[in-house]
Amino acid sequence: MMEIMEGSHAVAEIVKYCRPQVIAAYPITPQTHIVEALAQMVANCEIDAEYITVESEFSALSACLGASAAGSRVYSATTSQGLALMFEVCFNVAGMRQPVVMSIANRSLGAPLSIWNDQQDSISLRDSGWIQLYAEDNQEAADLHLIAYRVCEDHSVLLPAFVCFDGFILSHTYEPVDMPTQEEVDGYLPPFVPYQRLDAKDPLSMGMYATPEYYMEFRYEIDRAMQRAKQVLVRAGTEFSEQFGRDYTGLVEGYRLDGADTALVAMGSICGTVKDAVDEMRDAGKKVGLLKIRTFRPFPAPEIADALRDVGTVAVLDKNISLGNSGAVGTEVKAALYGSGIRVLDYIIGLGGRDVRKEDIAKIVDLAEKGEGDMFYGLRTEVL
Amino acid sequence: MTAEEWYRADRLPHIYCAGCGNGTVINCTLAAVEELGWRREETVFISGIGCSSRAPGYILTDSLHTTHGRALAFATGVKLANPGLNVVVFTGDGDLAAIGGNHFIHACRRNVDMTVVCMNNMIYGMTGGQGSPTTPPGAFSTTTPYGSGEPAFDLAELAIAAGANYVARWTSYHVKELVKAIAAGMRTPGLSFVEVMTQCPTNYGRHNRLRRVSDMIEYLRTHALLVQKKERLVQEGKTVPDEMFTVGELVRRNRPAMGVRR
Repeated sequence: MMEIMEGSHAVAEIVKYCRPQVIAAYPITPQTHIVEALAQMVANCEIDAEYITVESEFSALSACLGASAAGSRVYSATTSQGLALMFEVCFNVAGMRQPVVMSIANRSLGAPLSIWNDQQDSISLRDSGWIQLYAEDNQEAADLHLIAYRVCEDHSVLLPAFVCFDGFILSHTYEPVDMPTQEEVDGYLPPFVPYQRLDAKDPLSMGMYATPEYYMEFRYEIDRAMQRAKQVLVRAGTEFSEQFGRDYTGLVEGYRLDGADTALVAMGSICGTVKDAVDEMRDAGKKVGLLKIRTFRPFPAPEIADALRDVGTVAVLDKNISLGNSGAVGTEVKAALYGSGIRVLDYIIGLGGRDVRKEDIAKIVDLAEKGEGDMFYGLRTEVL
Repeated sequence: MTAEEWYRADRLPHIYCAGCGNGTVINCTLAAVEELGWRREETVFISGIGCSSRAPGYILTDSLHTTHGRALAFATGVKLANPGLNVVVFTGDGDLAAIGGNHFIHACRRNVDMTVVCMNNMIYGMTGGQGSPTTPPGAFSTTTPYGSGEPAFDLAELAIAAGANYVARWTSYHVKELVKAIAAGMRTPGLSFVEVMTQCPTNYGRHNRLRRVSDMIEYLRTHALLVQKKERLVQEGKTVPDEMFTVGELVRRNRPAMGVRR
């Protein structure tokens, strides 16, 4: 049913339908509305779940790891500093192959302290073994949770996932969301069947020492699972499209790329602005398109290379900066297009909540066509 | 320097909600600083994250606004690097008792020479009123919509057990006593912990039938039990009501301390 919903509440509602058995989270802006709503749902017995009011994000994800290892479907949500505090646990969740799903209401990292949006938080954990999905709008933010649980709990994957959606821009914004019913969700997402779980009758140990003779093989297996996750994501997205009529078949999504000379590449809510900017530029006769990256981990390099094979110039919009190098998405798109002859330029935009408007997108396209890029876009040079 | 001269007028207006008790606590702290005659160039205010932790931003001296719960660890570094500095930490119940609980007990155990002022409003105020480790059992918050089912921490008792040299608790109603306690704490070598029960009308009072600021202050006043009176009740074999908290100077001692100026 179509409802006008705040992004956070759309996420909370869909998580309820996913029937998590343990929820542990700590308040942090701009994620808090999600877990407040879930706390209310648990208190109202709308979900048969344990809600743990933990004392920190570190404890939140640790409790989720424990509950998942004991065989429960678990959920948490965080952002920014909270995710940074979870850094150690994130690697452990992935290493112990627990299919934890966690929402990230993307926010910048301090210092200086900022509560506003960019994607530095989740991107800083790109090497942790978590699948990373990025939503463009509230509908996609909700839908990706269903897909994430399906993919993570698949026995050929068994990895955790971040469902990332931009803090405030989506989390605090009301949009129409087509919310499925419990029956529809049950039809798509079967109950969690653990591959293995802590069971005193059949004891096993998780997270033990791996000597140098074994450690690399463990890491290799996680990487292989990540590679397999691509096909599982496509399959889960295709089945989602068949059941719900919204298309998530691709790890990337092209918008007006046919005949484009210049392609923008972006992730998250900025894609909505870019689509409007592309429409205006197309109307003005400019051959511009967008490639939206929905799945950042596993990184869809061949899919990106295929989608961009006919363009001459690529402008990557990065809401993050790998300090001392360049934006993470730009770096990886350049690697994906290595040897293709396509010119790839990177633009650091929108850090710490700086607005990016349609006219900025048009200016970036102009810069890219002149070959000017690999830069911070929109700096206030008067305060430097 | 008077308390007023310590304020950064250019940072006003402040972000605190109407009726918030944090301003009272900052004012009392600066009154104690004035009483001790501290100078700007030898004083550092350090805080973590939360409403309480905005305080150093309004004070005209060096400050570190650090990560959630870690102010005491940062402050330990500052004090040990330069024992000549007067170090004051502003923190709150969420910052100190939840995410920073471990740093709290270890700073008390080491007895690092600093003054820790905790604004305990029994809620996560800044993020909108979620239950914290000091939310009283049965109290309503956005994460405990039918009342908290967990016991609450007694922060002053925790500091005493962990080894702090000076521990006192007052409320935002007891301003004269609070200034004296903070000043006494500042004079005591080692870790001084002053817990201030304070009102958050926006995110605590509103959910707990204490809608007016005066309701909350009245609640704090009537639930504060002077430590001497409590001891008398205990001696007389009378019961101390569960919902009361002790106020007063709870400990003053001379355990070995770290970072004391020689």
